[in-house]
Amino acid sequence: MKITIPILLVLFVLASCQQSGKKESKDVDTSKVSLTAAGATFPMPFYNMVFKKYADSYGTTVTYGGIGSGGGIRSLNDKVVDFGATDAYLENDKMAEMPAEIVHIPTCMGAVVIAYNLAGVEGLKLSNELLEKIFLGEITKWNDAKIVANNPELKLPASSITVVYRSDGSGTTHIFSDYMSKISTKWAEKVGTGKSLNWPVGMGAKGNPGVAGTISATEGTIGYIGSEYSFAMKIQTAKVQNSAGNYIEPSIASISAAAKADLPDDTRVMLTNSKDPDAYPISGFTWIILYKEQAYGGRSIDKATATIKLLNWLISPEAQAEAEKVHYAPIPETAVAKAKAILGSITFEGKPIL
Amino acid sequence: MNSDKITRIVLLSVSLLIVLVAGGMVFSLVDGAIPSFQKFGFKFIFSNNWNPTEGRENYGALPFIIGTLMTSVLALLIALPLSFSTSLFLGEYFHKTKFAKVIGLMVDLLAGIPSIVYGLWGFYVLRPFLMDLGIGNQGFGVFTASLVLAIMIIPYATSLSNEIIAMVPRDLKEAAYSLGATRLEVITSVTVPAARSGIFAGYILAFGRALGETMAVTMLIGNSNLIPTGIFSTGNSMASIIANQFGEADGLKLSSLIAIGLILFVITGIINGIGKMIIKKFER
Repeated sequence: MKITIPILLVLFVLASCQQSGKKESKDVDTSKVSLTAAGATFPMPFYNMVFKKYADSYGTTVTYGGIGSGGGIRSLNDKVVDFGATDAYLENDKMAEMPAEIVHIPTCMGAVVIAYNLAGVEGLKLSNELLEKIFLGEITKWNDAKIVANNPELKLPASSITVVYRSDGSGTTHIFSDYMSKISTKWAEKVGTGKSLNWPVGMGAKGNPGVAGTISATEGTIGYIGSEYSFAMKIQTAKVQNSAGNYIEPSIASISAAAKADLPDDTRVMLTNSKDPDAYPISGFTWIILYKEQAYGGRSIDKATATIKLLNWLISPEAQAEAEKVHYAPIPETAVAKAKAILGSITFEGKPIL
Repeated sequence: MNSDKITRIVLLSVSLLIVLVAGGMVFSLVDGAIPSFQKFGFKFIFSNNWNPTEGRENYGALPFIIGTLMTSVLALLIALPLSFSTSLFLGEYFHKTKFAKVIGLMVDLLAGIPSIVYGLWGFYVLRPFLMDLGIGNQGFGVFTASLVLAIMIIPYATSLSNEIIAMVPRDLKEAAYSLGATRLEVITSVTVPAARSGIFAGYILAFGRALGETMAVTMLIGNSNLIPTGIFSTGNSMASIIANQFGEADGLKLSSLIAIGLILFVITGIINGIGKMIIKKFER
């Protein structure tokens, strides 16, 4: 028994020698590193494309698992990934629950569009009141006087409205409900904000493809989907009234406009109901989350450096230009500057990596 | 050690492994479900409120228990006449003919189709058809899900009962014929009574399959977390809510989903138990 403590001490010293020995080797080779990440499905098409491009040019390969934002946060919490991805930033109390301090890096922007299926009805305009009443089930017919009054030029059928929502937990639902809670006190009271909700009317479908498929296959439906799906699948989308009162069609320009507002330094902000007159109001960032101190769980400096280099590239113009190709909006200059500052603050054993 | 002993040890350890796996599953289900039952108690089973919104979380499994039982029972009722007639046709009337072999093959083929394919067919073919008939909420709902479930479970009920019917001893049937019974009388008073425990086992198997079916049901039932108001209204099943919501679930919600899994496990166990009991009674 007495002998074990000295042995442990010797082992400990040896181990720390080895650690510092590793640190001394200055040449960090990141080209053969492979990283693991998991999280949100919303930005997955963007991530898949840029990660492949990065592997082709710089060697570092990334395996990304689209398991949902909640799964991404859990995986980072369990330290089984190099970084996680989420559509909803972590609130302060959730940040405190993580084993160490984490940071958020915005990577691209998307929006939630209001898709509908009505033959021959193009450019439906939805005011805040109409959105509230339709999704709360108070307006049930397409030719309701209130919808007609808002869209006098359209020929609306007498069929009933079927609301379609996400049956699975989703960041898309989170952005949509966050917006609804901002424009409608009744919604905030009855339904609230969250990744999955207690819906008063309608029916659920699984995933963005499920909702998009249900809407495009069923006349008289209305629902919300990630903008990248609606742009790619060319589904009819409604113009939504923003806080300046303008009816805005979702587009890459109008989504980017939503981020013109002042951003906090940690970039944790919901961009819904933006004050910008040209902004599409149901827009938002998607983030990558990682630990501020990268030396944890026996990770090597190679891995940590590869992670930060990758993220630094992800917010560069080269990677951001790819976003539009897969129907996401690039993050604005102000957000890039803030993200760079955050990346600069990330350390390995207390020393900045970049 | 002789080879006999070695074989016995190998077999024993493999069987023990299965016990271990099953026991471990039950343990982890119970362990995961504890927070939810601690919070809601038995009200969890009888409450119809499913509210996952943060800050006002409240979970009850009743809508899903009812949804699962409704779809499964309805599917069984629809499948019953179809599969019973088919098994009589295959096992009795046209036993060992080429035609029966082709039909038997088709029935087995139905069992081999993955459930996602049934779901797709239900979504793109059956649902528009039901919409044209003016049934249900945009064609989604308990009835649509049950119809597809019925087709999925027909092979399970059919192939087992068909084999049992074919196995009824010839002597018994011939004895009945010699007493002047017609073919229908032979079937109702000899074949079916002799084969009933096997037929019943087939339906229990089919019912069990219907209880746990996930993908096809999710695509068609409408996924609204409310108690269905009728067979044409939308609803949700236990397997389907778990498949839908586990990805983003944590804390109390995850525990509630695991608790639903536990309830589903218990219901399947009870139904299998009842089935075994009835089969034993028949055999006596």
